[in-house]
Amino acid sequence: MTDHKPECPIGGCEPPATIGGTRREFLGAATAAMATALTGCGTLSKEEFLQHNFRELSKQEVLDVIARLEKEYQAKYGREVKVANTPAIPGVIFGYALDLSRCIGCRRCVHACVKENNQSRDPEIQWIRVLQMDKEEGVNVQHADAYYNPEEVPQEGHFYMPVQCQQCKKPPCTKVCPVGATWRDKDGIVVVDYNWCIGCRYCMAACPYGARHFNWGEPHLPADEVNPKTHYLGNRPRPKGVVEKCTFCIQRTRNGQYPACVEICPTGSRKFGNLLDKDSEIRYILENKRVFKFKEDLNTQPNFFYFYGV
Amino acid sequence: MRLPTLSTLAAGLLILLGPAVFADPPAAKPLSGTKVEGPAAPEGLQVPSPPFSEGIFPCTSCHDGKSMKPNLKRRELTDMHTDIALHHGPASRWCLDCHDANNRDSLHLASGEKVPFTASYQLCGQCHGDKLRDWRVGVHGKRTGSWNGPKQYLLCVNCHNPHTPRFQALKPMPAPTPPEQIQTRKGGAR
Amino acid sequence: MFTLRNFSGFLSGTLRLITKGGRLYYAWVGFLLLLIAIGAGAYIGQLKDGLIVTKMRDQVSWGFYIGNFTFLVGVAAAAIMLVIPAYIYDWEPIKEITILGEMLAISALIMCLGFVMVDIGRPDRFWHIIPLVGRLNWPQSMLAWDVIVLNLYLLLNWFVVTYLLFCAYTERHYVKKLVLPLVLLSIPMAVSIHTVTAYLYNGLAARPFWNSAILAPRFLASAFCSGPAILLILLQVLRKTTKLTIKDEAIFKVAELMAYTMGFNLFLTAAEAFKELYSGTEHMVYFQYLLFGLKGHTTLVPYAWASILCGLVAFILFLVPRTRTNWVTLNIGCVLIYASVYIEKGMGLIIPGLTPDVLGDIYVYRPSFTEIAVAAGIFAIGFLAFTLMLKAAVPMMLGEFTITKGRTPVEAPPQEI
Repeated sequence: MTDHKPECPIGGCEPPATIGGTRREFLGAATAAMATALTGCGTLSKEEFLQHNFRELSKQEVLDVIARLEKEYQAKYGREVKVANTPAIPGVIFGYALDLSRCIGCRRCVHACVKENNQSRDPEIQWIRVLQMDKEEGVNVQHADAYYNPEEVPQEGHFYMPVQCQQCKKPPCTKVCPVGATWRDKDGIVVVDYNWCIGCRYCMAACPYGARHFNWGEPHLPADEVNPKTHYLGNRPRPKGVVEKCTFCIQRTRNGQYPACVEICPTGSRKFGNLLDKDSEIRYILENKRVFKFKEDLNTQPNFFYFYGV
Repeated sequence: MRLPTLSTLAAGLLILLGPAVFADPPAAKPLSGTKVEGPAAPEGLQVPSPPFSEGIFPCTSCHDGKSMKPNLKRRELTDMHTDIALHHGPASRWCLDCHDANNRDSLHLASGEKVPFTASYQLCGQCHGDKLRDWRVGVHGKRTGSWNGPKQYLLCVNCHNPHTPRFQALKPMPAPTPPEQIQTRKGGAR
Repeated sequence: MFTLRNFSGFLSGTLRLITKGGRLYYAWVGFLLLLIAIGAGAYIGQLKDGLIVTKMRDQVSWGFYIGNFTFLVGVAAAAIMLVIPAYIYDWEPIKEITILGEMLAISALIMCLGFVMVDIGRPDRFWHIIPLVGRLNWPQSMLAWDVIVLNLYLLLNWFVVTYLLFCAYTERHYVKKLVLPLVLLSIPMAVSIHTVTAYLYNGLAARPFWNSAILAPRFLASAFCSGPAILLILLQVLRKTTKLTIKDEAIFKVAELMAYTMGFNLFLTAAEAFKELYSGTEHMVYFQYLLFGLKGHTTLVPYAWASILCGLVAFILFLVPRTRTNWVTLNIGCVLIYASVYIEKGMGLIIPGLTPDVLGDIYVYRPSFTEIAVAAGIFAIGFLAFTLMLKAAVPMMLGEFTITKGRTPVEAPPQEI
């Protein structure tokens, strides 16, 4: 599967043989050609270059875009990749709670997330960062260590605090985006249109949780490790030069499944559900447990909560 | 052939700890009618089977009540089940506090009421009532399935060896690459 | 009267002026072109492999490019330093140098836009930011504001410079009714470009180092130190190499104004440092990283203190009338204040703003070769733009090259900047 080179996919970086040659069908406009030069990449189709912001596309245009993406992924990975466009479920706002008294810092969530969400293996991108903190210091990032690597966890005198996108009700990241390439959807998930992001990284400067990650290089994802069930605003393979982030596994949760990190967690520290459903476990936690929001003073109003289960 | 004689432990619940069990969560199985209707509906929860050691269950294949008479005397086991070290609660506790002497394929509550292994959480809940309450609403322990539909619970014993209940330490998965080491791929972009 | 024919004569004349020059002129332009070529080569590599060829990473997601951008916005804004007295008070000695200030602003803005362009991950999607064509998130995003004000300021300066030179070329006095409102407009515009750029950082609650109410005043104060410093040296060069007459009085007046802004700048910096260090909240770590180092990481410390020291010495040199009017000490002061502000508003602003990162990680950022080469290329573009503008403007300002005297001056304009 990997030994035959795919037909120079979009986002791949083979230099074009000749402009107007074999890729004649793609290069329709002079602007696209110029833009191609600007990406430093082999090809950039006219359709991709001219594609508008996802929220401004008509239903038909969305279908066309998805068809084009699926074709590109097929070419790039040599296998079928489905790109869904599942909308938010009415009456649902997702909430997440993480039990700090149970997390043991095993990083199963980090790696399950990488697999589920097609994150670049090299250069490495991880949406979840697990911080090891001193029990004596409490929640204090200045005493945090993300690179701990003992034989076994948990380590004496420490507790563990995984941090990922907090899906804020008042997200500072979407506010600052100069082109509206990122927004909070109706179910509270903050998403990015990877085809509209210009890569200015203002959102990364604005995010107090380090939740946004940039494709510094061409993302590398082995073809046999691709998760083919994707969502346009979620885990579809990303191009170079754009920002990406946790979407609560939008491709799973909008279909009723739990996020991958919830399913993998061996200690059951991760809880997820509908904040508007009073019988959900997330509501039970908010009403019965000691809950806090990370960096609450910044008034980002996360829908991600930390709690103490014992 | 000598049958296990002194053994009075009914079931060796060896716990599958660590990543192996969780790498493949039992979530995929479609389960019907398992939506928890709040804390008030304790029973009828869909749970996976307890993690018995291989070949140990049913216990009555040895403890059939005929070839071996139950020995109700509290003692140290020397012939069978010597691998079990009981690190759970007071020193006075022993096997038959939970395992039923008359029906070895069953457990019993303090009241004497028999409880199947698949409902062992009731037994645990006798002492750990707060945990049982949280577990029922899906807050303590792991739950998989659908956030808005059928869910599968793990039994207490899926994570806590009833004989040594403390959650076992795990080897952490690899640490993130420090930013200094994130570099251009060899040979540039593919 | 504006006629198309006159204007085309103006344009072709300009073209003739910038293509003909002495050996030194060609050498200087050639040097700049070489730097541009090196920068372009590095940038092509960056386009191919992505921003991974820089040393920026998720922890420090902005670096040398944005640092230079911020500094140069200040240089561009400083043009008003000279515009205010010249036009409002019709103060003759400074008037000639105003047009130079505006040309400096144009060059600085070209560099600003260049630094933004090389910093973005998808330059091919640049059109997304163009109003109406793309989707500019205005008025929410401060970056959207910045795009608007920077481009408007560029257009405004461009127009004023072109118009004034065109008037000089056609041997007529400019229409005050047209120029004055534009110049009056350029004053709040200049303030706004630097204020908006400050707000770009200022508005981020996630970054306490930037989230301080006096950030914008500090930006303006430092800009009013560094921008004129460049001009002061430039004016001396022009006096020596061209027939342009710039009176000592004008230069000393600018120097005097700079002394006040430098004092104010130091005061604001001290106010900020006091608040952070004395109250000692968790926000102190960024100042600690900058001034003393944190957990053994002391990369920025020598630069930070060098900046403070240069600022202090320059302030004294500018404050004391004897050293302010002595050419040697004045020029030393100019270089020192320029260096001070370059550190303070460049890396000294961006890096401690992002280090430690929001989760406490300390990543020691140092620009890569690519970043330095690309930055050198952009600076060369700016210098080239300024050189060419100057080359055309000086003969027109001197009345040597006009519609009636359309000859190329024998003498070449300045080479060193």
